[in-house]
Amino acid sequence: MLIKIAKPSDARESDVTPREIFLNRRSFMAAAAAASGTTLLPAFANDARAALGDVTTNSKYAVPEMPTTFKAATTHNNFYEFGTGKMDPAENAHTLKPRPWSVEIAGHAAKTGTFDLDDILKPHALEERIYRLRCVEAWSMVIPWVGFPLADLIKRFEPTSKAKYVAFETLVDTEQMPLQTRPTLPWPYVEGLRMDEAMNPLTFLSVGIYGEELPNQNGAPIRLVVPWKYGFKSIKSIVKISFVEEQPSTTWNQQAPHEYGFYSNVNPEVDHPRWGQDRERRITGETGFKALFAPKVETLMFNGYADEVAQLYQGMDLRKNF
Amino acid sequence: MNTKTQRRIFKPLVFVASLGPLAWIVWAIYSDSVFGTHILGVDPIMNINRELGDWALIFIVITLALRPAAELTKFREFTAYRRMMGLYAFFYAVTHVATYVMIDLEGIYSLSRAGSLFVDDIIKRKFITVGIIALILLIPLAITSTKGMVKRLGGRAWQRLHWLVYPISLLVVFHFYMMIRADFSRPIIYGAIIVALLAYRYWVKWQRDNKRKARASAAKTA
Repeated sequence: MLIKIAKPSDARESDVTPREIFLNRRSFMAAAAAASGTTLLPAFANDARAALGDVTTNSKYAVPEMPTTFKAATTHNNFYEFGTGKMDPAENAHTLKPRPWSVEIAGHAAKTGTFDLDDILKPHALEERIYRLRCVEAWSMVIPWVGFPLADLIKRFEPTSKAKYVAFETLVDTEQMPLQTRPTLPWPYVEGLRMDEAMNPLTFLSVGIYGEELPNQNGAPIRLVVPWKYGFKSIKSIVKISFVEEQPSTTWNQQAPHEYGFYSNVNPEVDHPRWGQDRERRITGETGFKALFAPKVETLMFNGYADEVAQLYQGMDLRKNF
Repeated sequence: MNTKTQRRIFKPLVFVASLGPLAWIVWAIYSDSVFGTHILGVDPIMNINRELGDWALIFIVITLALRPAAELTKFREFTAYRRMMGLYAFFYAVTHVATYVMIDLEGIYSLSRAGSLFVDDIIKRKFITVGIIALILLIPLAITSTKGMVKRLGGRAWQRLHWLVYPISLLVVFHFYMMIRADFSRPIIYGAIIVALLAYRYWVKWQRDNKRKARASAAKTA
């Protein structure tokens, strides 16, 4: 396992967000004020994001590895609504307006309707969890997310017994997402989870990273985080959550059904047709030689979350249900 | 300036310029390492591999375009650079594969493991199978690119062998197309350019044949 040890040379990079700083938003603000400048602010926080208020650290969800730097996590993104290049979203996502934002709750539930995001968020206490993020493209990051369990939200809307799956939809708006005029993918981007997956305590709705509100390129203002599945399952900029009876259609599965299944659980034993999945390039924030020659990290079953989720798939052929 | 002096000046210039993409990559790695720039970003392995693959294809297209360019612009010197451009295409293709095996498959840490992973790749992953076939087919072309080999093979046989560069270039485009799952515009553009260049060659040949036929029938009637 790769454990990154911070070296003195790392400290001079202003893009590195020291762990103790992002773990405590208040001291971060104080430190930033004391520095009476923006030198401590992450490079991409240039639009003065609002503080997230009280965030408690949920130490149950931590990983031994050092988190990826804020800069890496916000400049290396897959968000095809803003371009297919990894650096495109950071460059193009400024057109997204994360407020005002409404989310529609639909389908088999006692309470449905369209709600303002802030009303949806109000009852939820925010917590921080550090999760591994494994992209299907064989790279990975370690990210401190801020948010709350999806299960807490689901319970509030009281899904009925017919709700076997939860379907999610990303915004479609050619003004906020101008590249949606191109047919890169069928828009809107859609994703889905089985109800028991959605209710698993690991499944998280995130509104922030590194103690900050989510940058646009990371899926502002609200996104899903399902750490034991490949990253594309963690849909960004959600505008609709529906409780449905049938397995919902998912974007990458439509695009290439033999490559991307509905489940898409991280599984080192099942190759992607175009590459192996048993190893991953850990994106730490290092660049140049260090990144080029960093030994790869072994990919873990369910991305290291087997204890929490393996029981969800008991008796299932994970090779068939990839 | 006569052709000979022109060549003496421009050939080394073109030779050095063609190393530009590689030099740029090496520079970018250095700059990212030492100056903390983000030219190749936080996932340089993928970016370098893509970059080298792109350049192999670009040099193939340049190679194919030189003769039509010479004919259309009446600047015949263009054809003098075909061998060099073709060899650069081969060079970038080899670098593309070598960095894949040595860095992406970690050949620098275990060559035997990387080797067996690569064999696995060739067998299991069709886009790699297609890519490696294209590279293998380029080898005889690279070997027979010298003046001596042209003489030894004879002009006609040599030409027939080197015509293979058209199907090979389409294999390369197919390799590129197969590794994409969204936004196919780039391989489609490359493919269209190559098909257009091939069509041009056939059109020229068809015209020449027609002229020859016309001349022959004119001679008969006279």
